Amino acid sequence: MKSGGVKTEISRGSLNRYRIEVARIGQWLTRLPFIPIICLLPLFVFGIFGPLLYLHDPHAPNLLIAMQSPAWMAGGNWAYPLGTDQVGRDLLTRLIEGARSSLIVAIFGVLFSGLLGIFLGILAGFAGGKTDNFIMRIVDTFMAIPQIFLMLIIAAALRRAGILGLTPIIIAIAISMWVPYARMVRGETLSLKQREFVALARVTGCSSRRIMLKHIFPGVINIIVVMATTQLGGAIMAEAGMSFLGVGVQPPNTAWGLMISESNKYITSGAWWIPTFAGILITITILGSNLLGDWLRDALDPRTRQAMKKIKRN
Amino acid sequence: MRRYILTRILLGVITLIGVSIIVFVAARLSGDVARLMAPANASQEVLEAFRAKYGLDQPIPIQYFIFVRDALRGDFGTSIAFNRPVMEIVMGRIPATMELGFASFILGNLLGILLGIVSAIKRGTWLDWGSTTFSLFGQAIPGFWLAIMLMLIFSVTLHWLPTSGIGGIKHLILPVIATSWFTTAFVLRVTRSSMLDVLDSEYVKLARLKGNSEYKVIFKHALRNALIPVVTMAGMQLAMLIGGLAFTETVFSWPGIGILMVTSINALDYPMIQAITLIVSASVVLINLFVDLLFVVIDPRIKYE
Repeated sequence: MKSGGVKTEISRGSLNRYRIEVARIGQWLTRLPFIPIICLLPLFVFGIFGPLLYLHDPHAPNLLIAMQSPAWMAGGNWAYPLGTDQVGRDLLTRLIEGARSSLIVAIFGVLFSGLLGIFLGILAGFAGGKTDNFIMRIVDTFMAIPQIFLMLIIAAALRRAGILGLTPIIIAIAISMWVPYARMVRGETLSLKQREFVALARVTGCSSRRIMLKHIFPGVINIIVVMATTQLGGAIMAEAGMSFLGVGVQPPNTAWGLMISESNKYITSGAWWIPTFAGILITITILGSNLLGDWLRDALDPRTRQAMKKIKRN
Repeated sequence: MRRYILTRILLGVITLIGVSIIVFVAARLSGDVARLMAPANASQEVLEAFRAKYGLDQPIPIQYFIFVRDALRGDFGTSIAFNRPVMEIVMGRIPATMELGFASFILGNLLGILLGIVSAIKRGTWLDWGSTTFSLFGQAIPGFWLAIMLMLIFSVTLHWLPTSGIGGIKHLILPVIATSWFTTAFVLRVTRSSMLDVLDSEYVKLARLKGNSEYKVIFKHALRNALIPVVTMAGMQLAMLIGGLAFTETVFSWPGIGILMVTSINALDYPMIQAITLIVSASVVLINLFVDLLFVVIDPRIKYE
């Protein structure tokens, strides 16, 4: 009897714990940023599963059905839901194909610009003095050149030098977009450097490299995550811009920015759907990454978390 | 104070040296500069003569020195695409860019500041909600796409405004909206958040307690300090605006330096690319310098060492 009682106690306890767990996951789910996630879905779903989703061959032109309107309009056909482009390729399939280059460029662009910016930022903030001064002068220089100019120059030069594919775009983004990381990480490093744990680490004989890696770096990860999320949108914008101006993704491959530029010549004939759908995809992707960045900043910052709780309580 | 001003000027000069190094290196990233800069079908002898003329047979540091010396004299060489002196062409394009850029800068800042103030004062109302939403979209919509959509709606469909070219006010409307859109959204966000901070500060509370009218509190006490971040970012804003002009001018065939930069990039017209980049960066540096000096005059809280 007695032992049975204990058993029920235990199972009741674990059941309660289980319920609490479920409730917690539920709560966490409701707090997930649904709007940003939905906005980012096309980029990731199309980018990752691209070829599986193709309705038609994205590269096979068929001039007989060129510039066919979207299905719900007069002259439309449900075989081509969003209509066809200027040479009769299925627009939806082209949009799906275009996501892949954007996704690859954005991820590697953010990765490399982030690494460069974090490295220079921590170095400048931690070393101070001449090193800091030197790095900050480089930052000034990069901020004096319009970002898109710098990207165009680098991408065009690399392409001319014979580097093909997406590499010139990724390098152009990495070289042009590291500045915000460096400035932010430097600022954070300057304040972390004053903290006791860094002084203690030094007293215990840690090398500068160890302090930067093991003590400063973990302290800046939060702001880096937030920054990288927002910069994902920035990289998409940059790639779209470069492709639009002719130095980004090259035909016959495609990207959303390139589709807008290619259809530009035909808009006077009323083919509004090509630039419209491609532009909507770029816009919601950037919007999603900005919103997700905002959400992450609030979620990761203990100060705002406390403030949010207070607001909810009152 | 004098020392502060001198330091600022020196920093500006260092920045420009940095920019000149970047454009100098960029032209050499793609390989043989002589082949890039000389006419496309030049023979071996012509290439040699070209190298000798522009000092391209010299070691790299001396080449850089020659480049800077000529640039300081306003000599950026001969455009490959136009076969005329680069400076002549760039100077011919600057008025058009100034017209569009200036109008967009003014409109973007006025509208951005105004909406920023309104949305901070009316926090939580539909006005605030509307402004914030606009700011979110303003920063997410690519300028070139906005330009094309505006053109599609107002020129192609409604026939209200011309699709391209330069002329009267009618030609200016769409390009200015497309260019200032981002500036407005950006300035709005900065103004709103700094205005909210300032409105929460002690001295604004004091100004209210003293019985000032709400109008006076906001425009005389709060606004001045709330605008500091906006003014500080003027240089950055200008850089972003000129970057945006590359797109707007391309879409609307506006004959300025933005479209010139894009065509020069696609034609690999390096003398032109170098000239435009240096001129644009110099104006950004000048604006930054101007802002720094302006703060010396208007903001007594800054200490100069």
